[in-house]
Amino acid sequence: MVLEMNHIQKAFGDLKVLEDISLCVDKGEVVSVIGPSGSGKSTLLRCATFLETIDSGEILFDGETAASTPAGHDRAVYAGKAEIRRMKGLFGLVFQQFNLFPHYDVLKNVTDAPVTVQKRDRAEAEETAMALLRKMGLEGKEHAYPYQLSGGQQQRVAIARALAGKPDILFFDEPTSALDPELTGEVLRVIRELAEENMTMVIVTHEMPFARAVSDRVIFMSGGVIVEEGSPEVVLGNPSHERTRQFLKNYSQ
Amino acid sequence: MTIQQMLAAMLPGMGRSFAIFFLTLFGSLILGVLVALVRKSRFAVVRGVIKVYIDIMRGTPLMLQLLVWYFGPYYLFGWSIKGWRFPAIILGFVLNYAAYFCEIYRSGIESMPVGQYEAADVLGYTRSQTFLKIIFPQVFKRILPAVTNEVITLVKDTSLAFTLAYSELFSIAKQISAAKTSFMPFVIAGVFYFVANYLVTFGMERLEKAFSYYK
Ligand SMILES: Nc1ncnc2c1ncn2[C@@H]1O[C@H](COP(=O)(O)OP(=O)(O)O)[C@@H](O)[C@H]1O
Ligand SMILES: [Mg+2]
Repeated sequence: MVLEMNHIQKAFGDLKVLEDISLCVDKGEVVSVIGPSGSGKSTLLRCATFLETIDSGEILFDGETAASTPAGHDRAVYAGKAEIRRMKGLFGLVFQQFNLFPHYDVLKNVTDAPVTVQKRDRAEAEETAMALLRKMGLEGKEHAYPYQLSGGQQQRVAIARALAGKPDILFFDEPTSALDPELTGEVLRVIRELAEENMTMVIVTHEMPFARAVSDRVIFMSGGVIVEEGSPEVVLGNPSHERTRQFLKNYSQ
Repeated sequence: MTIQQMLAAMLPGMGRSFAIFFLTLFGSLILGVLVALVRKSRFAVVRGVIKVYIDIMRGTPLMLQLLVWYFGPYYLFGWSIKGWRFPAIILGFVLNYAAYFCEIYRSGIESMPVGQYEAADVLGYTRSQTFLKIIFPQVFKRILPAVTNEVITLVKDTSLAFTLAYSELFSIAKQISAAKTSFMPFVIAGVFYFVANYLVTFGMERLEKAFSYYK
């Protein structure tokens, strides 16, 4: 298992956002998470990537415990700072709003974390970055600044940046929701290519045909719980829960 | 009195105005950073003190503050400190301008989108790496126009030192004008402030341009 999240609880004040959610992802698996706005999809990814702390439950990456709730405790306990920082190298996160560093050019956006955080050799990091940028169809853009790029190009830089740390798993939080419709295709295409190369991924998305095409498994979340989970054919094609059907019906209109 | 003689008489005043300007700029830019950091203290009392300090500095005239720093030690404690005039001026200016710079730093830092912090966090940057590599360079660019405004104001504000009878440019101009019943010293002083600010604006624009390679 690359990722194990067990019995995750998360509340913001009185608002329970995740209620006993479990999500395990095997190596090479592509999992899509769908569900209405406010159902806790982003919070789930933010908990997995340590941007939010869970209230209780368990998070493991590659079998190593990042957070757990020992018997007798009612709150989760996290691993030490150094271990958590090291584990951040095991995953990457692609944001809806790209969040590129505007003062760095494309190449530095992709290489700065490997060099600064992982202490990798700059020449090697740049070589890796150039290969990634080529793969993202961004050849020749390495010295452009983010403001000079379209949204679709910026998001592809963000994907290259997330991949540059050589993560075992990549999380996407609605990677195309901030894009003009004509630019979503180019981003979905590179994600699909990654899926074909067996990159382990968890993708929150509203692009149903895309989810159907790339996913090994689809999870439908609503109100902080997993309502339904299974193969894309079943969850998206022939769901067994009324709430899933209702959601998909609203979406296909 | 010829213009050359006037200029010669006013030259030391220009030097003193420069001294106030540079010492204040240097002191307040640095003190402003410290105040901005302390302002985020865990302790509510400390935060409260900083807030009161900033409110007083911004809410009362600088001229009044200079008088308080200069005469305060005598009226409050009966101390008459030799050579206190210049230190009092610098103290007053630095404390006043640090409050404004602190506010500029604060609003610059608060204007940074949270996504920048989150992206850096997920990539594994430490807090200090995030601040030094990601946040600070962008804040620096964002606050340049506001800093330029303050620096221009400071050039003109140095003339407030005349309140404490310190013989900087403006005080000398007044003296010569009264003694020689001539308007000329004011023209010379005006040209000096104008040229000084022209240079400040020019320099700051160059700096802004140097950072215009990204948006
Ligand atoms: N930092 C936060 N503080 C308070 N409430 C939050 C916070 N983040 C998210 N929420 C709330 O949690 C719920 C789930 O949000 P989110 O995970 O963003 O849902 P989704 O991504 O599925 O749209 C929403 O009701 C949202 O308002
Ligand atoms: Mg969301």
